[in-house]
Amino acid sequence: MSLKWTSIAAAAAILLGFAAPAMADDSIYVPLFSYRTGPYSGSGIPIANGMLDYLTMLNERDGGVGGVRLATEECETGYDTKKGIECYESVKNKGPVIICPWSTGISLALIPRAAVDKIPILSMAYGLSASALGETFPWVFNPPDTYWDGYSTILKQIAGREGGFDKLKGKTIGFIYLDAPYGKEPIPLAQQLAEKYGYTLKLYPVAGAEMQNQSTQWLNVRRDKPNYMIMWGWGAMQPTAVKEAIKTEYPIANFYSIWWMGDDAVQGSGAASKGMKNLNWHAVGADFPALQDIKKYVIDKGKSQTPKDQFGIELYDRGVYNSVMIAEAIHNAQKLTGHKVVTGADVRRGMEVLNLSTQRWKEIGFDGFANALTLSCADHNGHGTLFVQEWDGTNWVKASGQVSPMTDVIQPMLEAAAKEYVEKNAGWPKRSEGCDHMS
Amino acid sequence: MFYRETGQYKTSYRADAAIFPILQDRIGIVVILLIAFIAVPLIGGPFFLNVVATPFLIFALAAIGLNLLTGYTGLLSLGTGGFMGVGAYACYKLTTYFPGVDLIVWLLASGLFSAGLGALFGLPSLRIKGFYLLVATLAAQFFLQWCFERVPWLYNNNISGTIEVPERTLFGLPITGPTATPTTRYELTLAIVVVLTIAASNLVHGRIGRSWMAVRDMDIAAELIGIPLLRTKLLAFAVSSYVCGVAGAMMVFLWYGSAEPSVFSIDLSFLVLFMVIIGGLGSLLGSFLGAALIHILPILIRAAPLAIGLALPSDVVEHLNLMIVGALIILFLIAEPFGLARLWQTGKQKLRTWPFPY
Repeated sequence: MSLKWTSIAAAAAILLGFAAPAMADDSIYVPLFSYRTGPYSGSGIPIANGMLDYLTMLNERDGGVGGVRLATEECETGYDTKKGIECYESVKNKGPVIICPWSTGISLALIPRAAVDKIPILSMAYGLSASALGETFPWVFNPPDTYWDGYSTILKQIAGREGGFDKLKGKTIGFIYLDAPYGKEPIPLAQQLAEKYGYTLKLYPVAGAEMQNQSTQWLNVRRDKPNYMIMWGWGAMQPTAVKEAIKTEYPIANFYSIWWMGDDAVQGSGAASKGMKNLNWHAVGADFPALQDIKKYVIDKGKSQTPKDQFGIELYDRGVYNSVMIAEAIHNAQKLTGHKVVTGADVRRGMEVLNLSTQRWKEIGFDGFANALTLSCADHNGHGTLFVQEWDGTNWVKASGQVSPMTDVIQPMLEAAAKEYVEKNAGWPKRSEGCDHMS
Repeated sequence: MFYRETGQYKTSYRADAAIFPILQDRIGIVVILLIAFIAVPLIGGPFFLNVVATPFLIFALAAIGLNLLTGYTGLLSLGTGGFMGVGAYACYKLTTYFPGVDLIVWLLASGLFSAGLGALFGLPSLRIKGFYLLVATLAAQFFLQWCFERVPWLYNNNISGTIEVPERTLFGLPITGPTATPTTRYELTLAIVVVLTIAASNLVHGRIGRSWMAVRDMDIAAELIGIPLLRTKLLAFAVSSYVCGVAGAMMVFLWYGSAEPSVFSIDLSFLVLFMVIIGGLGSLLGSFLGAALIHILPILIRAAPLAIGLALPSDVVEHLNLMIVGALIILFLIAEPFGLARLWQTGKQKLRTWPFPY
């Protein structure tokens, strides 16, 4: 019966092991949810590397933030809600200052818990669009743009190419999306805009299990002949979509993607994918002092898992951007409270006064990396300007100026969505958190 | 030496046909229940209760549901994920329509909807068996998941297409939502699982269970001795789906807190089927053992490197996890093709004659 005893001993081990939080007092605990395994790992690996490398660099170069080391720990979610919740439960008692779920499904599951557990959630440009409203969601942040901002910006671009919004009438715009909360998020806005501007919206859902087999969807695309295609894809869905688009001879220059398209999506298709368009809000590459510091202090010293050819690619930089926000929020929290070691509640306040001005970007070694981003107690998103980048065969190159999203259409929708969320979740707490200002 | 039935005389048929004829077993069950109801919530931290114990019980219940169908009646099914989803969505609809009614009522009532659908999708089982039935239930799985994705009414037109669990209380204590304590959730889950397990145990040990097993062992012979095939098979489908449906509702309401359709994908069906096969077909104990192996083992493996102070990258841990669990499953099946329950049976037999085996 040795098996029985082993299992009893093991069970006792986890009972005891997780009962007590075991975190040092002289560090700030930043858990990082990542997915380096599974069908979405193509997108997940560069993001995880970017996030971890920037925070490691801060530890190596500056000894952390404000002199306090950041204790980072990765938890593998596999982009799976079940594992994400498991990760959340396992880090919850160790005093995390912020959680970045990196999955809309996990974000939705964690949003109600954030206020109760006093752990802010940073879902950078994903998650629940309505959580942009700080009055209703004081603990959730989704800067710098919501998916609705993204969709409206793409539509603005298309209208610009056609010569005005009135020219959209009678056009067909296809929407191919991952059939998950993430991909469904922009549909209400898309429907509203289609009605407003008189274009036909065609929906092509791709189920997560069949994302590498999109022949039916693209057969329909061939039949419907949409003038433009917009994609909300993730992981292995994206390279498949690009390949299928090329196979069905869809004009790739009319194919737009939300900002989650990585290099892996277009690299495989070679020259044929030239002209693929992708939304973004930050620069790509490694020609920034801070990124060079990452190379110097982390990558060259062998303290990173980043393969050389993935350093500075788009999604890597996206991960870095996410960590910049974490570090800034901690920095602000330290300034606000005067404490060196801050808590989740402090970092929530730090997020609300987040002010990444052009000047500040320069100070932290990212001159020209991204636009200014200012959050406030009411606005947890920023609704920053976006731009379109185009794949030239080897790199993403900027293909448009800065475009601001249709805030006038989106703001009322956000408010309506937040109201509905509160109604559906009876007993949703009214905001009781104070509001800070920092000069 | 201690585990021996010498001197325990049965004086009635009733005593002889008891589920636990040996006194030590009865004591064991009481001790296990006491540990589960009192000791576990006292010792286990929130992580243990939320991530290990509660999900384990819910999976065990789902495995019992499938075991009634596959293990006891011999009908293969891959629709478990779908039927669990029906329970979850039914419970969500019911509790949003009638928020005043106690959630417990809806948790138990939601199973009725999956029972109805289970019976409907079980109709082909009268004509087809084995792998062909497996394919028919696969159709149920895909159809149901399609409904969860495509029928906005099911998720109350929620933008994200998910169901979000509202806060519900029982005797003034929150049992769902973020304010529910892990202990409350665990105790409630345990109570429902214990009640349904007792019900299932009574079913399989009685007339109905015997007719199911007769159908499993040879359906023509069963029909010849007067067991109505249609009714028996459909009843098996209905009861099995009922238990799975309740497990699905509990999964969303007492564990996840919100669910997207992909939660109830074919992967869940396979997961529960593996639990049943590894635990032991046709054994309630096996359902618990299978759920423990498939659910708890990966968590242990994930925690192991940290516990011994080894900082492995998270993806390496995950890959190791897949390899170890996979290897163990194969190992267990080679060592005991009839599952963990049979392993326990063998052990028990050895224990009875220990220390003087004959």
